[in-house]
Amino acid sequence: MQPVEQRDEVEMLSLMLLIRRFEERASQQYQAQKIGGFCHLYIGQEAVVVGAVAAVRDDDYIITAYRDHGHALARGTSPNACMAELFGKATGCSQGLGGSMHFFDKKNHMYGGHAIVGAHVPLAAGMAFASKYREEDRITLCFFGDGAINQGSFHEALNLIALYKLPVVLICENNLFAMGTSVKRSTSLKQIVDRAEGYDIPGDIVDGMNFREVRDKLSEIVTSIRKDPHPAFVEIRTYRYRGHSMSDPASYRTKEELEKYRLDDPIIRLRAQLTREGKLTNEQFDAFDKKAKETVLASVKFAESSPELPVEKVYNYAYFKGPIEPEWKRREGAPALKAES
Amino acid sequence: METARGRASSKGGVVREITYRQALNEALAEELARDPNVFLMGEEVAEYHGAYKVSQGLLERFGPKRIIDTPISENGFAGLGVGAAMVGLRPIIEFMTFSFSLVAFDQVVNNAPNMFMMSGGQFNIPITFRGPNGPAHQLGATHSHATESLYANAPGLKVCTPATPRDAKGLLKTAVRDDNPVLVLEAELLYSSKGMVEPPDEELLIPLGQAEVKREGSDVSIICYAQTVPLAIAVAAQLEEEDISAEIVDLRSIKPLDEVTIFNSVSKTHRAVIVEQDRPFCGVGAEVCYRIQKNIFDELDAPIMRVSQEDVPMPYNERLEKFVLPNADKLMAAVKKVCYA
Ligand SMILES: Cc1ncc(C[n+]2csc(CCOP(=O)(O)OP(=O)(O)O)c2C)c(N)n1
Ligand SMILES: [Mg+2]
Repeated sequence: MQPVEQRDEVEMLSLMLLIRRFEERASQQYQAQKIGGFCHLYIGQEAVVVGAVAAVRDDDYIITAYRDHGHALARGTSPNACMAELFGKATGCSQGLGGSMHFFDKKNHMYGGHAIVGAHVPLAAGMAFASKYREEDRITLCFFGDGAINQGSFHEALNLIALYKLPVVLICENNLFAMGTSVKRSTSLKQIVDRAEGYDIPGDIVDGMNFREVRDKLSEIVTSIRKDPHPAFVEIRTYRYRGHSMSDPASYRTKEELEKYRLDDPIIRLRAQLTREGKLTNEQFDAFDKKAKETVLASVKFAESSPELPVEKVYNYAYFKGPIEPEWKRREGAPALKAES
Repeated sequence: METARGRASSKGGVVREITYRQALNEALAEELARDPNVFLMGEEVAEYHGAYKVSQGLLERFGPKRIIDTPISENGFAGLGVGAAMVGLRPIIEFMTFSFSLVAFDQVVNNAPNMFMMSGGQFNIPITFRGPNGPAHQLGATHSHATESLYANAPGLKVCTPATPRDAKGLLKTAVRDDNPVLVLEAELLYSSKGMVEPPDEELLIPLGQAEVKREGSDVSIICYAQTVPLAIAVAAQLEEEDISAEIVDLRSIKPLDEVTIFNSVSKTHRAVIVEQDRPFCGVGAEVCYRIQKNIFDELDAPIMRVSQEDVPMPYNERLEKFVLPNADKLMAAVKKVCYA
């Protein structure tokens, strides 16, 4: 496993590029009706998850809400498995059974993809509880939106996490809006991070458009938690460039606001930093970008040519190791009754 | 029959074709205008005009005092509604979808319907919970719940499931005027469907607990509600070509249940198929089936059949989802089976 401090920034930049290009392509494929259901894009927020992942070990746990494509990709889930999931294919990270909002990848310690707002925060408490119980030094990173902080499950979980001193980093991706509702209209606090104070959890505010700031703050927190398990809260200020989901025209905000954030783009920013420091040439950047685009295009081909699960497989996923009897068989009459008649 | 047919309504006004969504909107506007104690509260209902645009224009007309956006706090605002109802207001609480009402299950099931009994009749709860219900299209397991049998199981709740614009308007208006908690489970997939409705100046109230024969027939009764009504109508047309005459009974209300209309129909056709959008186990169909055999057993010429979802969480993949849902083929097969055709 790569010691964290050595994770190459240039690599992290290409990871952000990969997420960006993946989302752009997903958007296009959604419009072409290759992808169904709801689809929430992460464009603009890439530095949050990439910065966080750059600060932890590969075996730390990650859990998030439904805007989850970037989290899976950052965790190492292959673009093929991600695109195939969107296409509903058997080769998808959740075998096409979960869809955009429910990406899971046990191997890479990505524990979903959860679509009920706030409902996964208690799960993070449980995962961290298990680490502590087993005396492991794993940390759980729990990502959620600004909209989640007003759910009861969030509050109950925060108290439990604080009470049991669980090794969770609570990462609020504050992109200023929950659907069409701005934080100002949803939350009684001046700033979200104050939620943590109410539970005696240390909190920080981080600029989510700056990869280095996210990584450095998370590294500091993670080092402290590894020494002695405890929770932490970070409000990471970011922005989603696209609408809430594919069907949202985002008319509740101004063009000027969007433009302001686009100028502060996390990819442009890290690129500029690296270029200034002589660690990256324009040619290298273009090569990374080209590679990201090719990888994503290949993932579309992969998804298109992948098989779907046979329909009867639905009976295998109601219970673990317990396939159930199809309803149509019941309609035909139970086998025992048939034998009698 | 109550159905508005042709150009003129029963009161001589001109019926118009409007969408299910518009019908709900009219019902809300009329009840808000009629009674100052009525208010509408929920996520994105005001400035965004509803996630499904049902509350279009209401904020502009009735103002922010009566059309109220909430944070994502279903348990909180459902409970707020119950409390406001205890002291005399008549809240309409919108769930963005009934899948999210599960977060508020305690308030809807444990507070709203129990209060009257527990308080020895001092507190009735005149509240309406409404919003889209039932599987939509590829939204995955967490977002595809049909909640009617969950809620109909709770004593003290009333549950209705309109399938047409006219029923949507008439039932919602009745729900708001009811002095008990009523759930109006709207059909997400039918919001844009159209139908004839009386003119706005004619008061349209459809009583709870009244089913409607949507199509007359003599060979088999297809008992349906919500999203399975258009399915049954389409299948009845197909059956006609095969010389099977199907009568369609739209329950409209799940609770109270209109036994008379059901029994009259089945006594005429002597055969019944129940088609529900919900899951099979402990479902609405099981209750209807029990009542038919208990009361008019001798009228039956064949065992009653049920068509429902398969008993599995909803998969995202489109083909698998279709396989899980009730569909025309399954309904045709069930009808033919009871008709021994
Ligand atoms: C319990 C629940 N209520 C409502 C919704 C519908 N919904 C989905 S996302 C969302 C907004 C969430 O915003 P936020 O937490 O800020 O995350 P973001 O979309 O900005 O990433 C809402 C209201 C839901 N999924 N779950
Ligand atoms: Mg947000």
